[in-house]
Amino acid sequence: MTARVGVVTFPGSLDDGDAARAVRIAGAEPVRLWHGDPQLYGVDAVVLPGGFSYGDYLRCGAIARFAPVMETIVDAARGGMPLLGICNGFQILCEAHLLPGALTRNQHLHFRNRDQILRVESVDTAWTNAFQPGQEVLIPVKNGEGCYVADPATLDQLEAEGRVVARYLGGNPNGSQRDIGAITNQAGNVVGIMPHPEHAVEALTGPSLDGLGFFTSVLKHLVGAPA
Amino acid sequence: MTTHPDPAVRETPGAFPAAPAQPRAATVVPQAAPVDDWALGVDTVSRAAGTPEELQPYAELGLRDDEYDRIRHILGRRPTQAELAMYSIMWSEHCSYKSSKVHLRQFGEKAPPSDRLLAGIGENAGVVQVSDELAVTFKVESHNHPSFVEPYQGAATGVGGIVRDILAMGARPVAVMDPLRFGAADHPDTARVLPGVVAGVGGYGNCLGLPNIGGEVVFDPCYQGNPLVNALCLGVLPVNRLQKKEAAGPGNVVVLMGAKTGRDGIGGVSVLASATFDEGSEQRRPSVQVGDPFTEKLLIEACLELYDAELVVGIQDLGGAGLTCALTETAAAAGTGMRVWLERVPLREPSMEPHEILASESQERMLLVVAPDRLEAVLKTAEKWGVLATPIGEVTPPAPDGRPGRLLITWRDQVVVDVPPGSLVDDGPVYARPMREPADLILLQADRAETLPRPNNPEALRETVLRMIASPNLADKTWVTEQYDRYVLGNTVLAQPEDSGVIRIDERTGLGVALSVDGNGRYARLDPYHGTKLALAEAYRNVAVTGAKPIAVTNCLNFGSPEDPGVMWQFAEAVRGLADGCAELGIPVTGGNVSFYNQTGAAAIHPTPVVGVLGVLDNVADRVSMGFVPRPAGDHDQLFLLGETHVELSGSEWAWVTHEHLGGIPPQVDLARERQLADLLAEAARVGHLSSAHDLSDGGLAQSLVESCLRRGVGARVAVPDQFTGGSMPFVFLFSESAGRVLVSVLRGHEKAFTALCAERGVPWEFVGVTDPAGGALEVHGQFRIGLDELRAAHTATLPRLFGGPEAAQVEVEAARTGTTTVFPATAEQPVDVEPAPAEAETAEPETDAPAAETRLAEADTAPVSVGETAAVEPAEDAPAEAATTTDDASDAPATAEAGSAEPVTATGEPDQSAPDQR
Repeated sequence: MTARVGVVTFPGSLDDGDAARAVRIAGAEPVRLWHGDPQLYGVDAVVLPGGFSYGDYLRCGAIARFAPVMETIVDAARGGMPLLGICNGFQILCEAHLLPGALTRNQHLHFRNRDQILRVESVDTAWTNAFQPGQEVLIPVKNGEGCYVADPATLDQLEAEGRVVARYLGGNPNGSQRDIGAITNQAGNVVGIMPHPEHAVEALTGPSLDGLGFFTSVLKHLVGAPA
Repeated sequence: MTTHPDPAVRETPGAFPAAPAQPRAATVVPQAAPVDDWALGVDTVSRAAGTPEELQPYAELGLRDDEYDRIRHILGRRPTQAELAMYSIMWSEHCSYKSSKVHLRQFGEKAPPSDRLLAGIGENAGVVQVSDELAVTFKVESHNHPSFVEPYQGAATGVGGIVRDILAMGARPVAVMDPLRFGAADHPDTARVLPGVVAGVGGYGNCLGLPNIGGEVVFDPCYQGNPLVNALCLGVLPVNRLQKKEAAGPGNVVVLMGAKTGRDGIGGVSVLASATFDEGSEQRRPSVQVGDPFTEKLLIEACLELYDAELVVGIQDLGGAGLTCALTETAAAAGTGMRVWLERVPLREPSMEPHEILASESQERMLLVVAPDRLEAVLKTAEKWGVLATPIGEVTPPAPDGRPGRLLITWRDQVVVDVPPGSLVDDGPVYARPMREPADLILLQADRAETLPRPNNPEALRETVLRMIASPNLADKTWVTEQYDRYVLGNTVLAQPEDSGVIRIDERTGLGVALSVDGNGRYARLDPYHGTKLALAEAYRNVAVTGAKPIAVTNCLNFGSPEDPGVMWQFAEAVRGLADGCAELGIPVTGGNVSFYNQTGAAAIHPTPVVGVLGVLDNVADRVSMGFVPRPAGDHDQLFLLGETHVELSGSEWAWVTHEHLGGIPPQVDLARERQLADLLAEAARVGHLSSAHDLSDGGLAQSLVESCLRRGVGARVAVPDQFTGGSMPFVFLFSESAGRVLVSVLRGHEKAFTALCAERGVPWEFVGVTDPAGGALEVHGQFRIGLDELRAAHTATLPRLFGGPEAAQVEVEAARTGTTTVFPATAEQPVDVEPAPAEAETAEPETDAPAAETRLAEADTAPVSVGETAAVEPAEDAPAEAATTTDDASDAPATAEAGSAEPVTATGEPDQSAPDQR
């Protein structure tokens, strides 16, 4: 049975098609979800894609958090459904308080698009179990507000609980505290990541195939997960 | 006297529910004295008819006396305030092409026949069929003046405008490119303009979800007061989704969709785009539009959904000249009339007057023509995407005698506009402006750069290489391009710094297109006819090196004031050059844009035709990149230089950087040769001979070698061919800018087949060396050896130093790319011949002595060259010093703020200025 992975489209979502493609290449069935429709149509996992939901007006992710589909998704994620937020999706997860901290303007104040080396710090999540601990991967980063910040106690707690999922290597592209590029919740089913694994799934269009691991991980997770 | 001649005015509007009862024009306006009428705030048609002598500010709106008289003649009365505003913008240079029209006809007249062209010049953008099911559309436009006044919004709305042009053709926009030109890199105002423009291009395009796949960043003092911000958009559509702009079908509803209309951008085309800048430019800021990319993204999705459901009869974007242009063009195209209730237009500012609503250039709006029974579905789709859609009028029939209908606009039941739409669109003035070759051109051409002192020893050559690759025009542009999203949509196969952007347009078949935009203002200044052909040749070649077949051309012609006969001559020559060039290459011009008045005071910019070429790749997996390819230890590729190198330095980057010199005659251009070269490259890419291919242009072979080395961190060893040894000839070999040349690396074992193919296609080739994956350096035998780290440091430091930002390019990360993006063509079954291709007996090429060159390299190989620590450490020490030297040199030249005085001095000692005769 093919896993069904939902990809949400908010007004202003941009990488929704890419996320769906990545899901398909990983071997699952992508299911397009609409921001105004609270139904999840029986999906096994959900990706919140990159983009500028609602124009990123007010604050990145601040309005998307209140979309009807988000209520259902937040409930499902609290119940253990794997949920990946990429870039704008990460910002939405923080706004929705599924993940701690916040993503602020890049320290250098520019939008930055580059191929970024990351070290996978935690392979105990639903979205990173296909990697080796400490594995270095090359994935595009592209954001204007990707600087991860949290209070020191929260950062210490994330470190102590092994919830820093990935860190930037070879130069921090946005000024994130402790070079954090991805984090997870306590249960490990919700992951927010600033770089874009969905842009590293084809040799023809990406800098590597390293991004695929995030999407194959969730399939592994779903197979192993209790029904 | 107040009874309207057009029956439409007395018709009932019917079609949509919100329409108020149709007032009869005759009874609406109280027949008070004209003065009282005016006090009501609206100048109506009836009032205009009754006050023929009233003075109108037509001159302030940019209309000439004779143009104003003509309007009165067309209408049989003086125009109302709203009509005057409409004529002034539609008859402005920007909208009417009144000075360029007589020349632009050549594009159509000389165009080679093409069965691919589904829509051509005159449409929002040309549409070219690329497969049985798919077509692409592309166009480049200028947004120069707004970007100088307000860099961020000017550039942002430039992107937004061209995207809507593409959208209006029925296409999904899939990529953008931005050719940008600024004043001197180290001028303080460039530090204001460039970061704003780059952030604006990125801010809008990124938020719209369009990958930015290429463009140009060029610095020259001539653009100091007049930066050029051109924007190109590429769109893809199923052949049967092509949209029309005709407002066909009387009774159909006219719907305005998108953002509310505000006071932004009023007079954009007449004030900003059609006049020369002077002291008061800062005060024109309100003429710059403000962009909202989020609304445009929703507009795109809503439009595409409407197209797919076949809900619209016609569609037109609102760009320059706003509602005026959209209403008149759609009606004129169909020969119909139109009845518009202007008060129904959703306003951002309720106090706006009719002429302001008609002239507003508020962004993110489209005009739809919809059958009444589809209206509800259209409004529903708009609502789904959260976009405002408002019926504002209806299509009316042509006159009973067959003459086109009239555009009748009311404002709160008063007729404020009653015009034949065609009179605004098609009957504008056309001028054959006086032309005269600039008086200084002969002297300028006589002052040849080939006579300048050239480096003639290895040390000087080495220093020249490092200085050139760090000079602003040749330096790495990552500081700019990393502010653009190049990944979104997941179909970007190649993007900057590659020669072309390549986009996959069909995931199933791998069908893709390659796009390049190029221009060279210096060449065009020296010879606008050949300079334009050179721009065309370069864009064509840039597309060809990827392996794509070039099929169509777009252009953006940036020039000074057409009222200056010298500028007009340059323009005419450029158009003639492009039309002739396209005919020679056998590819049509599908559309374009003219931008005049790019001058500050009397000083015009260099004539700057920017040419975009689009090519097709049947399978994007066959595309060839510019970077040398890493190989396992001991393996390498063979380097061949295709084309012929002559002593051509006039107008070159070297002459400018080193001597601040501009003079002489630009390189020869032979388009028949370019065509042979392109055919060869396509075939070589298809059969898999090529590991890399890189165009030679600004900065010559040296620049191409460095770029190909740094792309993936692979060094090279090059031998100077015999005919280029001695004196300054090695310099000529490395820095001449002869056209029609490409540097390719060929897989070992493919040399024989490749060179045989070159001979068969009549393309001159020369074996010039090998890649050196393990060497970590660029070595020119007998001349110099420069470590890649030193090259990279020099190449990448310039822009971050000038425009801020912490670290330079993503050095380590690029290195990490190695081996991940494979560009190996699938050609393993080719017979392997380890020897480099010996020139076969029938090869007449006298310059080719491959074995000899290989021997020289082999000797170099054995020489004790330290590759490791020293090479890596030393440059790190030198690099900043090199860079500093470069800055000083560069800053002397263009630091002069006054436009004109920074121009190169000609042989007469006079500053190089065209002789403008400004009134």
